[in-house]
Amino acid sequence: MDFILIQFLTGLSNASALFLIASGLTVIFGVTRIVNFAHGSFYMLGAYLTWTITRALWDWGGREPLLFVLAILFAALAVGALGALIEIVLLRRIYRAPELFQLLATFGVVLIIQDIALAVWGPEDLPLPRPPWLRRFVEIAGSRFPQYDLILILVGPAVLAALWFLFQRTRFGILVRAATQDREMVAALGVDQRILFTGVFFLGSALAGLGGAIVLPSQSAFLQMDLAIIAEAFVVVVVGGLGSVPGAFLASLLIAEVQAFGIVLVPKATLVLVFLVMAGVLIVRPYGLLGRPQAHARAATGTVEPVIRPAPAILGWAGAVALALAAAAPFFAGPYAVTVLVELAVFVLFAASLHLMMGPGGIVSFGHAAYFGLGAYGAALGLRFLAVPMEAGLVLAPLLAGLFGLVFGWFAVRLSGVYLAMLTLAFAQIVWAAAFQWVEFTGGDNGILGVWPSDWARGKAAYLWLAIVLCIGATLLLRRMIHAPFGYALRAARDSELRAEAIGLDAVRIRLGAFVIAALGAGLAGGVYAYGKGSVFPTYISIPKSIDALLMVLLGGVQTVSGPIVGALAYHTLFLTVLQAFAWWRLVLGLAIVLLVLAFPQGIAGFVRQRYERARGIEGA
Amino acid sequence: MLSIRHLDAFYGRAHILRDVTLEVARGEVLVLLGRNGAGKSTTMKAIMGLVRPAPGASVRFDGTEIAGRAPHEIARMGLGYVPEDRRIFTDLTVMENLEVGRQPARDGLEPWTPERLFAIFPNLARMRDRPGGRMSGGEQQMLTIARTLMGNPRLVLLDEPSEGLAPVIVQQMAEAIAAVKAAGLTIVLSEQNLHFARRVADRAAIIEKGIVRWTGTLAALDAEPDIKAQYLSV
Amino acid sequence: MSGPVLEARGLHKRFGGVHAVNDVSLAVHAGEMLALIGPNGAGKSTCFNLLNGQLGADAGEVRLEGRPLAGLKPRAIWRLGVGRTFQITATFASMTVRENVQVALISHHRRVWSFWRPARRHFGNEADALLAQVGMADQAERPCGVLAYGDLKRVELAMALANDPKLLLMDEPTAGMAPSERIALMELTRSLVRERRLACLFTEHDMDVVFGHADRIIVMNRGSLIAEGDAAAVRANPAVREVYLGSGGH
Repeated sequence: MDFILIQFLTGLSNASALFLIASGLTVIFGVTRIVNFAHGSFYMLGAYLTWTITRALWDWGGREPLLFVLAILFAALAVGALGALIEIVLLRRIYRAPELFQLLATFGVVLIIQDIALAVWGPEDLPLPRPPWLRRFVEIAGSRFPQYDLILILVGPAVLAALWFLFQRTRFGILVRAATQDREMVAALGVDQRILFTGVFFLGSALAGLGGAIVLPSQSAFLQMDLAIIAEAFVVVVVGGLGSVPGAFLASLLIAEVQAFGIVLVPKATLVLVFLVMAGVLIVRPYGLLGRPQAHARAATGTVEPVIRPAPAILGWAGAVALALAAAAPFFAGPYAVTVLVELAVFVLFAASLHLMMGPGGIVSFGHAAYFGLGAYGAALGLRFLAVPMEAGLVLAPLLAGLFGLVFGWFAVRLSGVYLAMLTLAFAQIVWAAAFQWVEFTGGDNGILGVWPSDWARGKAAYLWLAIVLCIGATLLLRRMIHAPFGYALRAARDSELRAEAIGLDAVRIRLGAFVIAALGAGLAGGVYAYGKGSVFPTYISIPKSIDALLMVLLGGVQTVSGPIVGALAYHTLFLTVLQAFAWWRLVLGLAIVLLVLAFPQGIAGFVRQRYERARGIEGA
Repeated sequence: MLSIRHLDAFYGRAHILRDVTLEVARGEVLVLLGRNGAGKSTTMKAIMGLVRPAPGASVRFDGTEIAGRAPHEIARMGLGYVPEDRRIFTDLTVMENLEVGRQPARDGLEPWTPERLFAIFPNLARMRDRPGGRMSGGEQQMLTIARTLMGNPRLVLLDEPSEGLAPVIVQQMAEAIAAVKAAGLTIVLSEQNLHFARRVADRAAIIEKGIVRWTGTLAALDAEPDIKAQYLSV
Repeated sequence: MSGPVLEARGLHKRFGGVHAVNDVSLAVHAGEMLALIGPNGAGKSTCFNLLNGQLGADAGEVRLEGRPLAGLKPRAIWRLGVGRTFQITATFASMTVRENVQVALISHHRRVWSFWRPARRHFGNEADALLAQVGMADQAERPCGVLAYGDLKRVELAMALANDPKLLLMDEPTAGMAPSERIALMELTRSLVRERRLACLFTEHDMDVVFGHADRIIVMNRGSLIAEGDAAAVRANPAVREVYLGSGGH
């Protein structure tokens, strides 16, 4: 009994921080329709700033609780101000861009803040010194429970009450709720949206900062806090219902309790448990506990996807020449170049598989690395436990990824837009956590080593040719599919689900088909990558890997069939260059992403194609 | 009071308004007549800045150039806009909807309060705390006008206020418009229903294919059956 | 004359406290154009959505050539031979006119799950034949995203014909069109209905379209049918004049 009570209280106290973060995310989304990836970074900055300010204040006035509270408030306000600044400088320019680009821009901010935090606070974890009042315990049912955690339990409901008051009883809150529904009408009634948006960003960021601040005494500040929390926050927001603050509160309680009990009952599978809970909620209530179907937010201008036309012949020739050069590389280039070419072949397929979903399917996955990683792990685990040779491993890889694609896709394709993006990201985090936590099976952080190809493919040149045949071959198959009836049916379901159903097309099944095919492709890419590297690690499944895939597709242009190929080549080359040339590569990459989003909202290939069609007078759409 | 010159507007590549020129005098009710898709709504949206007027257009409100300004700036100068599709905030109550519309009072006009609006729209007084989403179409139409009046505008653009309403509600709407006019406001409304227009308006402008074809009083329009037949097909 | 193509009996639908459709029965025969009219909020759209499977009825049944449609999804109803056009046109904007029709044909012939042969080479001739019927052959290569509104309606019609339907359901077919386009579209529909012996049920606001093109008219008000008959009979009906025509200034 005691154990249950204590775990329950622990859950309640964890729920508070989770609620602060999720409520900020949900409020920002509600008004601006931006899913703010950088929200996790604000949380991290909240922790770091609290660390710095608290120490400064304590040096000055002694380790008093009041000074700590003051530091927390300062930190939250500072983070809020930073959020407002980012809104003014960056996001305000891209409110009309596709939501994907907004997400990417905020991911660029994540990278920038990561390097700034590294530069300012260094790579070490920073724990807060714990004066006696922070170490105090309370006797509850015969067990000791930290007094600080008991106070935290109250923070969540207190903030919920404050937010309720703000949204129901103040003019600002009423305007925010109105703008959540119809921004343009609010403007036509004389309300300056810019102030409203900046205000909402300030509020949401400050809440995230507050969340980071209050967990500092029990967690310390560290550099991976941002992405660790953002996936959890997405789960809470999806479970609670997008845009619903009370929903976020309920969901944070639910998720935190599941974690609190899960960590004791099934320590290896906490995240799987969270997944099951989320899946259960979404089966019963597809839009979350208190969510409603996303109103088709009024689009200021109707965007129409362009018509897909067969590529000009010259493009085919250029591709063939490039491929021949790549295949001949072992004869004139060094081993490093050959290794890079294998990676390029892998990433072309990785990007092309995501593109099938994103472009023709309109399904924007933020967790495509899950299937890449599942492919890699499928090959490695097959070797480790079944001792299968490479040939069988390369069959196992796509199959494992495809199987998971079927399960995850079953949930995902019923949703759309931001819900779908968040859900796919959460699924990927679960796969990542399984690879990371389940050390006996997956080797945890150390990964699985010794995943080498069969003898005949062990040479650099032989493996490059194998990679080209498999990856480029599969990519060409995917291209073929886009032009085949299946690809047309997929685009039909994207363009107008109403019309698709009215001509007998089962939109959900068609999308699920695309999801599974994309997972198969990514899985094959992952398998080839695993044998090429000789090892697999959880980083193959991490959020940055999923973002890599997105960047490749977007850089190339979503609505061009050649886009992912161009994008994968350009991105990976850029990435390697930046990695080698700059110590602060995240900062440079982040800035590059932000600038690219601002400069090329249609991607490189999309930009070129637009120029080409305009020059030739072809009627676009 | 409102002077529009050479107003062109586009949706994408579609040329919706062509060289629209209109004058609205203080205190009058001008009705824009025309069929569906003639450009009446777009004219209003372009005045409000919701559709960007093409370069070269001039929209002067009380002598101030407003073409190219942001919608909220235009609204704050004293232009009120009531959209055709009402665009009530369905999650917000009647009182909250009115609060969103509230703007400071303006010189020379008695400021609108919820109580004063409820006198014109008695239905709304009975449902102050009802969410906008649970109101009938007619009630929503009244709320959307009341909401705009809360901004204390000097001129109101009313886009098809009678559309889709039951006859008894149309009657109330005509009375409400008369009350708003009596309060000293200038009104531009668009209509397809000539019958309704005749009851509320002083002057008419006929728009067809984005071009102003005819302007004059309603009595003058009744004297020109050819014009009516050609552009309004009544 | 054989039995009706579409027959509805005793349809009821409530939303909360509102009885949106109250005991509606109707039948449409082959070769007939039946118009469903009524003031806004009369329950036309709800009634229409009960017939096409978008909504499930609380009571009553809908039969297509004697076969009950209860519980079937719109896509299953399409397979039974029901083509639809929408009030706000729904076509595939990223495809050309011909490709739109080809997709409908691909679905009709159950070739969706094929991955190799390009879609452009599926049913091109059939698509061109359908486009010729609706007068869109010369625009076959244009993207739907750039078409004029009236032309989009024609594309919708061609797609509706792709599965050789027995019944056409058209929700406000002429909404948003210029008067000359309206007449042309309804003339076209009428000739297709006659030629192919289709049954056609449509809702409409434009009384000129209704009186000019419907063989029979049924009038709804407050969820119930209040009148039925040809143009002259409906025009003369005092109940209809009271609820509908009187208020609109037509």
